[in-house]
Amino acid sequence: MSYSSADINEFRDIWVFCEQRAGKLMNTDFELISEGRKLADERNARLVGILLGGKGVAGIAKELGGYGADKVIVCEDPMLDVYTTDAYTDVICDVVMEKKPEVLLIGASNIGRDLGPRVAARLHTGLTADCTHLDIDMEKYVSFLRESSTIDVDAVKFKMEDTNLKMTRPAFGGHLMATIICPRFRPCMSTVRPGVMKKAAFDQTKADACEIGQYPVRRNADRLRTRVLEVVKESKKLVDLIGADIVVAVGRGISKDVNKGIQLAEELADAFGGGVVGASRAVIDAGWMTSDHQVGQTGKTVHPRIYVALGISGAIQHKAGMQDSELIIAVDSNETSGMFEVADYGIAGDLFEVVPLMIEAVKAAKAF
Amino acid sequence: MRVYVCVKQVPDTSGKVAVNEDGTLNRASMLTIINPNDLSAMEAALELKDAARCQVTAVTMGPPPAKKMLQELIAMGADDAVLISGREFGGSDTYATSQIIAGALQHLGVGAEDVIFCGRQAIDGDTAQVGPQIAEKLDLPQVTYAGKIEKDGSVLRVRRLMEDGYMTVEVKTPCLVTCVKELNEPRYMTIKGIIECYDKPIVVLDYEALKDEPLIDPATIGLKGSPTNIFRSFTPPQKGAGQMLGGSSQEAVNELVGQLVAKHVV
Amino acid sequence: MILSEAHELMRKNFRSFAETEFTTEIQEQLDREGGFNWDIWSKMARYGFTGCKLPVEYGGQGGDTLAYVLMNEEFSRICPVLAIYANTPNSLGGGPLLACGTPPQLEKYITPVAKGEKQIVFALTEPGAGSDAGSLTTRAVADGDYFILNGRKCFISGAPIADYAVVYARTNPDLKGSRGISMFIVDMKLPGVSCGKPESKMGISGYPTSDIVFENVRVHKGDLLGPLDKGYSVAMKTLDGGRLGVAAQSLGLAQGCLDEAVKYAKGRKQFGKPIANHQGVSFMIADMATEIAAARELIYSTAVAKDAGDKNASTMCAMSKYYASEMANRVAGKAVQIHGGYGFIKDYKVERLYRDARIMTLYEGTSQVQQIVISRSLLK
Repeated sequence: MSYSSADINEFRDIWVFCEQRAGKLMNTDFELISEGRKLADERNARLVGILLGGKGVAGIAKELGGYGADKVIVCEDPMLDVYTTDAYTDVICDVVMEKKPEVLLIGASNIGRDLGPRVAARLHTGLTADCTHLDIDMEKYVSFLRESSTIDVDAVKFKMEDTNLKMTRPAFGGHLMATIICPRFRPCMSTVRPGVMKKAAFDQTKADACEIGQYPVRRNADRLRTRVLEVVKESKKLVDLIGADIVVAVGRGISKDVNKGIQLAEELADAFGGGVVGASRAVIDAGWMTSDHQVGQTGKTVHPRIYVALGISGAIQHKAGMQDSELIIAVDSNETSGMFEVADYGIAGDLFEVVPLMIEAVKAAKAF
Repeated sequence: MRVYVCVKQVPDTSGKVAVNEDGTLNRASMLTIINPNDLSAMEAALELKDAARCQVTAVTMGPPPAKKMLQELIAMGADDAVLISGREFGGSDTYATSQIIAGALQHLGVGAEDVIFCGRQAIDGDTAQVGPQIAEKLDLPQVTYAGKIEKDGSVLRVRRLMEDGYMTVEVKTPCLVTCVKELNEPRYMTIKGIIECYDKPIVVLDYEALKDEPLIDPATIGLKGSPTNIFRSFTPPQKGAGQMLGGSSQEAVNELVGQLVAKHVV
Repeated sequence: MILSEAHELMRKNFRSFAETEFTTEIQEQLDREGGFNWDIWSKMARYGFTGCKLPVEYGGQGGDTLAYVLMNEEFSRICPVLAIYANTPNSLGGGPLLACGTPPQLEKYITPVAKGEKQIVFALTEPGAGSDAGSLTTRAVADGDYFILNGRKCFISGAPIADYAVVYARTNPDLKGSRGISMFIVDMKLPGVSCGKPESKMGISGYPTSDIVFENVRVHKGDLLGPLDKGYSVAMKTLDGGRLGVAAQSLGLAQGCLDEAVKYAKGRKQFGKPIANHQGVSFMIADMATEIAAARELIYSTAVAKDAGDKNASTMCAMSKYYASEMANRVAGKAVQIHGGYGFIKDYKVERLYRDARIMTLYEGTSQVQQIVISRSLLK
């Protein structure tokens, strides 16, 4: 029987493409398996991982069971050791066309974003990129809308029996959120950014119970039209203030223990996932930090995703350099500090007391 | 040798964006610009042209105002441009869009020596799908995230960026490459380029012109043909005035981090 | 004035270049240290800005006067001194050559200048001959196939980095006043040519200015530019283009001041609200914007009139320079005032723009000289 992506009733189960590099699974794989488990439960279906790699890759598959996979399909072949578009697209399409999953999730790594669209185009199905939220159950989706949007949810008629995967993602640089569906074709494909979905708790019994199925690879390397000459790992380049995603800046408020203040700022930036430490003019003038850290009228203008101001009085000189940051958090002992005028969240308190608590709380939130 | 550069005119989403009272985006408030990654793609094409004779053609699918963008690209150095435009194409998702653009490229002809450059992703859709999907529809090899390109005859050696380093990949023409901003610094226009760009050809391909191409199937283009549809769109709740978090330091921190988690900031 | 599509695109291009390339670091460094930024110069050359309105057949871009005005305006809006870089080859540098150079002279001198490979400056002013340029004393004496040049020029913008200079010298002392003056293209590397120390200026630091001393410099007669003894009237004709360029620089500088003032007024809060909400400030901004708009219309119309060969174009150029330069100083003064004490501090851009503005009413013909030109055209 010939394959048609339009025969939607033929497709069943939630699949997750699990990426490995140099024989190691990616963290996103566990995040997506965890998310996939929820969707599989909502849909009353199985959760299956699909894993491609060189000889012996089956050995790493069980771990996926520990996060909720019922089964992992493993495709082992030397030509799958290092990623190429042709090899991975060919093999995944072969398996999908035979097994017909209803949903296929792919981690939006640099590789996932190369592979996903190619597979979707070959399979003639829809792909939604960089999803931040997935729902199958309509009731769950409606309550998500209620808390995350300005839509008057009670005034809208939703088809509660609709089991299409509702894929929500940011567009227009994040200014707009869109929920996308793929009603007429299967598998419904979605890529998800690393770090977006929460990893479940690992369960060894589940890992042991996970079924591993070997899928014989029926392709040969003649099909490959690209050649990987080398794979090079580079140490992280110096992040500069202007390109930084996260900036934690210190001001005169650190004067009672300058070194500790700067250290706390560094730790807080790390806790958020890596950022750059900035400083107000007062700190530079006092010689506590070098001028390349300066944020403000003289100094750099920054617009990071998160800007944390510690002990900064918020003179117009400083604000000019950071007021377009997406999210501003200010901590200062003086509750009339000018930073509180531009901050989204302000805490009036001793930064030496508040920041260590913040570091712990942020780390705890990220760890789960 | 022909080098095609697929480009898109997009709203400038990096600036301030106005939101209407009903929660929809005020698209008229946004300036339109050439998608930044596409400028890198055009620069890559022009660098090939600097090194060896070839014809650089800018290709875009869009409404008639996109012509202005094509003129800019010609002023930058492209030899000519193609505007794919038609009611039938409107509302296309990435699958349908790449189908149409691939059909247009087939119509224009992709030869053995040719290269297609695309930007990695557009700043409005942010999907990074169209480039690879065009490659699939044209059955061409692809290399994405190009941070460096060297051409030696019909072989391209591409530094394909990864999150923690890169892969060096070799591919033969004809092929498709998607470009990131690390690749190059797009050139400005010259005054002469601007003066002369209005005399260079911009071809408009509408549905009538393309309907006989095998890839242009009315069932798979436009809003009706798109596999994905927008179910709902909404603006996230607007940033209101800031909050002071009170209570003890621990309470304030807990409240703060709780809110950050709820907002997916952490 | 509604600009054509091509001119709007040119403006967009100039603006994008200036906003991206003229970084705050570069601006501050030039203001602090003077010197010359060769990197920016070569970028300007790469995109043909150095040959904006020079003829295509001599390596230029073939742009019209309006393109040249837009370039000066957009560059000056971000950094007035960097606008001068692109301005010189297109105006006082290239002007005299275009007015009366022979094809071999144009080929030899204009082509490398248009492409930014060489720099040429305009050497008219002397310690004793400023507004009264016709009283210059630099002497050129015929000697076979050469002329021997002796004298001193001062306040020559770009002299320390120039390859060539168009030098005005008296060839016929029997003719009185401004008659008997000829122009010479002088290679700055000729024996006997030397530059004084670069001046320490109030503003527009970053484009060096100095004396040029000529001691028995032998200039070949092939480098006589234009008719013997009649160079001065040619000089006067080529000043139009330069005047319009300075007008456009003034316009851009004023716009830059307005941009800064608006930004500051919206952010700075006093008495419980942004100072922009106080009429004392908002009315100043209204005045600044209105003057700038008026100057813009005058300058753009003048550019179009000049290219159309309008007989009033020369007077309009003088009016544009006079009005825009005086206006820029008024606007810069108001911009500093709006910034309050911060406007006096070097951290704030208006402090530098205020000093840069001061040259506009002085160079390329003082306001008083412009008034002479304007009144003469009406009262003759």
